[in-house]
Amino acid sequence: MEFFQTFIELAQSTVRVSTPLILAALAGLFTERAGVFDIGLEGKMLGAAFAAGTVAYLTQSVTMGLLAAVLVSVLLSLVHGYASITQRGSQIVSGVAINFVVAGSTVILGEAWFRQGGRTPALTEDGRFGRITLPFADAVREVPILGPLYSGLLSGHSPLTYLAFLMVPASWWILYRTRFGLRLRAVGENPGAVDTAGISVIWLRYRAVICCGILCGIAGAYLSLSANAGFTKGMTAGKGYIALAALIFAKWRPKNILFACLLFGFLDAFAIRYQGYAFPLIGKVPVQFMQALPYILTVILLAGFIGKAIPPKAGGVPYVKER
Amino acid sequence: MSVPYAKLPAWAEYGLIPLVNLAVAFLISGLVVLIVGESPLEAAYHMINGAFGRGEYIGFTLYYTTTFIFTGLAVAVAFHCGLFNIGGEGQAYIGGIGVALACLSFDRVLPWYLLFPIAILGAALFGALWAMIPGWLQAKRGSHIVITTIMFNFIAASLMNYLLNRVFKPLGSMSLETRTFEAGGQLPKLDWLMSIFGLSVGSAPFNISFLLALVAAFGVWVLIWRTRLGYEMRTMGHSPAAARYAGIKEARIIVIAMMISGGLAGMMALNPIMGEQFRMQLDFVQGAGFVGIAVALMGRSHPAGIIPAALLFGMLYQGGAEISFEMPSISRDMIVIIQGLVILFAGALEHMFRPTITRVVLALSPKTRDVAATKGA
Repeated sequence: MEFFQTFIELAQSTVRVSTPLILAALAGLFTERAGVFDIGLEGKMLGAAFAAGTVAYLTQSVTMGLLAAVLVSVLLSLVHGYASITQRGSQIVSGVAINFVVAGSTVILGEAWFRQGGRTPALTEDGRFGRITLPFADAVREVPILGPLYSGLLSGHSPLTYLAFLMVPASWWILYRTRFGLRLRAVGENPGAVDTAGISVIWLRYRAVICCGILCGIAGAYLSLSANAGFTKGMTAGKGYIALAALIFAKWRPKNILFACLLFGFLDAFAIRYQGYAFPLIGKVPVQFMQALPYILTVILLAGFIGKAIPPKAGGVPYVKER
Repeated sequence: MSVPYAKLPAWAEYGLIPLVNLAVAFLISGLVVLIVGESPLEAAYHMINGAFGRGEYIGFTLYYTTTFIFTGLAVAVAFHCGLFNIGGEGQAYIGGIGVALACLSFDRVLPWYLLFPIAILGAALFGALWAMIPGWLQAKRGSHIVITTIMFNFIAASLMNYLLNRVFKPLGSMSLETRTFEAGGQLPKLDWLMSIFGLSVGSAPFNISFLLALVAAFGVWVLIWRTRLGYEMRTMGHSPAAARYAGIKEARIIVIAMMISGGLAGMMALNPIMGEQFRMQLDFVQGAGFVGIAVALMGRSHPAGIIPAALLFGMLYQGGAEISFEMPSISRDMIVIIQGLVILFAGALEHMFRPTITRVVLALSPKTRDVAATKGA
């Protein structure tokens, strides 16, 4: 029974850690399927987290915080879009630039406005997302096996967590069952064909970039309004890159993204819980190894040793209409 | 693909356009300073004064410059081969192992001038090996170099954290660093060079690895523009198809270019480890690998551009420290913003002002216009 209890706790923290990864990886899915690579997920999430923390504190409204996060993230996406779609600059360089600008300005502005060492002031319950308790969660808690599963694992998460998990089938539906999704995927594989059909490649890619901004904004808001009570300096701590790794690990498919993010989230939760624990047979696993494991797995996958990850064909290439 | 822009004279191509891009980056940084409620002009004054106001300040500026020359060259060499090496950070970090091993083994036996070459080899070797894996994966398995090098930065950080914790940390010590090196592991300062100009280096760690950086810059110029290997790398960077057609072995060139790039990044470790701290500390690279991207973009991947660009960033780092001392609301994170903006405007948006500049330059000099016309704009 103790084992089961541990399992529930581990699963619950996995869900918590995975939430921003899922949102950010889905964000990356939209732009990359449209042929715009984005290594600026990290920066957008960080900027959104800062905006959410700041505005939620000033207005004491969690909704305003979320809106501000989405707004900032979309604006940053548009900068990336302007550089890589309109100006046909390098998408990688633009993403790197955005990550730096955000990393620096969140600290400078936070320090100038609040003077708390780059933090935003701690939020009260009004400024944060509460936890949703599913119906009857308390009543069934004592039921063996199913009770803890329902009230411990399924219930009691932030609304954004439920949103993140709902976004997985929703993204699948948008990408694979709507006209917009079909065109979006086409523009990432063969923009010339889309152009020939009389559809604007530029506008389509901008819309994809905006979708990315919205999802990254929610991911950032989750960090500062739900997982924590406010923004702290550099709080994304590489989550944007883990999400990028998950996106590749998932071979750019929505369903796989869910599992990749849960896997990487589980590794993280596991590493925190079993730090310094001696396992039978293998002994102590260094915590650094557990931290590096998502990256190592992605490298191995990219090298084609476990399946083959094939990126969208037109990814990273600016579209030039032949004159 | 059609050629979108008329050819500009060299002074505009390599002088005017980077300067305009840089100016815009600084203007926006100035706006951030205004938002914070400080005076941009005052900040600029403290920046320049803090970077060049005294011999000691200049020493610090050149110390940072040394670091950025190495990482800038590393990014540039890979650029010429059409590869974007974001992994300079990790390669420099791993390069530190080579320096630390050399110093920990021989610092009590050898004088610095015998140990220095061993440490250079160690740094370059470890950096090159760390870059070789992504290079090999790109060449043989087709995995994207950008993603792999990003992943390798994180793997390097975890690996070094582990090594410093379990291997390099002396018994009984709490902080994550090696023991302090003896005299053999300490590079001499370049105070003689400073005193030629009547300046004193003071406590600045401006050391002999600066000269090594200049030699490396010259070496990169020779390599890229004066050797067969460099020619092959540039061909590869311009057109992989043409390179393949010419019988250039793609995989070999990619792996070699990445190893040279990683070796240069690794050599950066000499400067902080043997030149300043005399020990290897956790996170000693401090983002210098990423600054290399900005430096290479600013310097247009040419050593003659990289050295001034590295000096510019050296000035930002040293002057930025001074600003944060004089104006507490502007911390050193300001440099990170400027760095990001330089990457944005000199890199991703490098063509934004080009049409306007081209029009102005061509309108002003009729001679250039004729050249442009005959070359078929």
